[in-house]
Amino acid sequence: MDARLKLRNTKSIVFKSIIIFLAFVITLPLIIILLYIIKQGVTQVNWHFLTHIPAPVGETGGGISNALLGSVIIVALSSLIAIPVGILAGIYLSENATTRLAYYAGLCVDVLQGVPSIVVGMVVYFWVVKPLGTFSALSGSVALAIMMLPIVIRSTEQTLKLLPDSLKEAALSLGVPYHRVILKVIVPCGFAGILSGIMLSVARIIGETAPLLFTAFGNPYLSAAITKPMQSLPLLIFNYATSPYDEWHNLAWGASFILLMFVLLLNIFTKLITRKWNIQL
Amino acid sequence: MEHSVISASNFNAWFGDNHAVKDVSIKIEKNQVIAVMGPSGCGKTTFLRCINRMHELIPGARSEGSLKLYADDVYTMNPIYVRYKIGMVFQRPNPFPNLSIYDNVVAGYKLNGLKMPKAEMDHIVQKSLTSAALWNEVKDSLHQKGTFLSGGQQQRLCIARAIAMEPEVILFDEPTSALDPISTSSIEALFHELKANYTLIIVTHNMQQAARVSDKTAFFYLGELVEFDNTRQMFTAPKDKRTQNYITGRFS
Amino acid sequence: MKHKRLDLSYSQMKWETVFKRILWIMSAVLLVLVIGILITLIIQSMPSIKALGIKYLWGKVWDPVNNIYGAYPFLIGTLLTSFTALIISIPFSYAIAIYLGEYNPKGWLSNLLKNTIELIAAVPSVIYGFWGLSVLVPIIRSFETKIGVAPYGVGVFTSSLVLAVMIIPYAASLGTSLIRMVPSPLKEGAYALGATRFEVIRSVILPYTRSGLFAGILLSLGRALGETMAVAMLIGNTSAIAHSLKDAFFGPGNTMASVIANEFTEADHTVYLSALIELGLVLFFVTVVINLIGKRIITKYTNN
Repeated sequence: MDARLKLRNTKSIVFKSIIIFLAFVITLPLIIILLYIIKQGVTQVNWHFLTHIPAPVGETGGGISNALLGSVIIVALSSLIAIPVGILAGIYLSENATTRLAYYAGLCVDVLQGVPSIVVGMVVYFWVVKPLGTFSALSGSVALAIMMLPIVIRSTEQTLKLLPDSLKEAALSLGVPYHRVILKVIVPCGFAGILSGIMLSVARIIGETAPLLFTAFGNPYLSAAITKPMQSLPLLIFNYATSPYDEWHNLAWGASFILLMFVLLLNIFTKLITRKWNIQL
Repeated sequence: MEHSVISASNFNAWFGDNHAVKDVSIKIEKNQVIAVMGPSGCGKTTFLRCINRMHELIPGARSEGSLKLYADDVYTMNPIYVRYKIGMVFQRPNPFPNLSIYDNVVAGYKLNGLKMPKAEMDHIVQKSLTSAALWNEVKDSLHQKGTFLSGGQQQRLCIARAIAMEPEVILFDEPTSALDPISTSSIEALFHELKANYTLIIVTHNMQQAARVSDKTAFFYLGELVEFDNTRQMFTAPKDKRTQNYITGRFS
Repeated sequence: MKHKRLDLSYSQMKWETVFKRILWIMSAVLLVLVIGILITLIIQSMPSIKALGIKYLWGKVWDPVNNIYGAYPFLIGTLLTSFTALIISIPFSYAIAIYLGEYNPKGWLSNLLKNTIELIAAVPSVIYGFWGLSVLVPIIRSFETKIGVAPYGVGVFTSSLVLAVMIIPYAASLGTSLIRMVPSPLKEGAYALGATRFEVIRSVILPYTRSGLFAGILLSLGRALGETMAVAMLIGNTSAIAHSLKDAFFGPGNTMASVIANEFTEADHTVYLSALIELGLVLFFVTVVINLIGKRIITKYTNN
């Protein structure tokens, strides 16, 4: 083999090695971070931890029950707002793709996807917190719902667009009116895709802190009142991690561990479901 | 005077500016098999879809003229009711993938929220599947999803689904063009049995099929109904030169 | 039986129009939302715009106690962190895209890498920040002592590192799909002429996907600009301008997002709050423009 060819081949092999190195080396930070969180956090978690609110400064013990309950309530409320709106808008966009409204609404979905989460929090402060006169779980849910919308809408739209027209035609030819065709044939057939979009959007928002900073604000006590400030896992982590107290740091580690496990499980679950149902469809 | 089951008079249809069906007048009698043939783009499928008002669902589509089911103009009736009375079977078999075979047959009822006692529903399922010559093959797996069925069986399921609604007319849009020859012939045999209870209008790309299965044939060309006559007559001694050219293969 | 069907179908017709109207409304809600966000930001920035004028954007002093506001430190902080993070992340994003798109698109190893990258994107920002505070900051502190810089530990550099890791998945996944879309005939033509794998990548794949990969960078940048929590926890929250580039880079600072996060709830007078909102308005415009341009490039690319 002539020398020039050898050089070119070597270059190719070296390039491939560099690429493989760079691609895989990036898994190291992730593994380091995950292991560290697990190590710091898993020791914190016990029944007491999950069922008690944080102890005042200086006292040991305490837990994150207020943040757990708060996260559940806020996420549930956000989903309640965002899922119906998102699915219906996604249906409109896939069914009426050529109209002007679809074009501009699609543009708005792209815009919403790119808006920084802190800006959303700021705006909802003026929309809900100011008029209500208080920070509230409700305002936090509104902010998070705005962030869920683009994901739910896009996944609904894309799932439905992939369904064959013959499905709609079959239903229409049986005299089924349009709204039932959509609700009883098209949406059920697209269920897997829509569900995975919903789960992805939930996984996205349970870890969000910035939008809640000036809406839900946080609450050191266990509360289920949605018109009052409420704690959530990421808010607790932020506040306690940046505090100077070691006991609070420990609480933050435990909370980080729980939050991380939630997010990981949700992502894994989503993948399993889409794989299972995509094969069937 | 007894009305024809389907009668059209000076019927026209457009896709936007494209005049797809030009001034068609035809009278179709009960319990016959009518074949509708013609080259691609001749308007035969468009006309078929006007009969059960599927054409108007396409944006930019419109129609004019009279199209009647017995004495009632289809375009003044509630389109949902029209589709109850005039069923359709499509080119590609399209059973609902998320419903069982049983639910597919009664889909027209269930999706419309029309409730009936289980015994009555069971009876309709059995009757329809039997009429579609599918009962024996699926009677033990009624509650499974129909994805394991072959193409021909799926198409017969779609026929059963249409029959379950007790229509007057069943429209077929090239029903066997996506099927293998064996399935095709079993469905053609079915046509012969179905006409006792229904009127069948079959659009087909396949001249030989038109000759085999139908009592009367309509020949469309460039949007016009060129000739409509008894099948035997049309294929042995067509009256119009264009029909003659089509049949002898001058164009297809 | 027939009568029952007929009655039901008439009431269905009413639902049909109601349903279509609802669909339309839900989509219109999106427009209302975006326009509402814009209007709120503008109205709430008004006090600051009126009081401070355009000079605000290059004002160098941020001193709310004495009612002096200048956004320059945050513009610098934002640009430094975002672009540093971007530059650090690009080689990794590209490497991942080339590996998953060209060298190994299928198989268990490829899936493993893909899932890992998605996991990186899934980890909440606040957790990255917390880890950074506990682990990275001490390391950077000793690194800074070694190279003779003031050992803050927190600062632009630290937050850029963590930000870089966080934004890698965006350009990586976009790049992967783009590279997979390069038509085989193009690559085969080059191979047929005797090109090595590296040469095919360099002279066929990369030029072909150039605009798409650029869009990926834009989207990563948009993400970096808007990232708040990890940066807020790692950047040191200092609103003064550093004296030298070295100090600016290794020392503490603030970005537009982090100063909003830290000071919004403390802003007690109107102009203070409004000045922060104005930062939000700038952030909104910049990220929206970058995202729209990026998406436009991608749709143009995928339609080709």
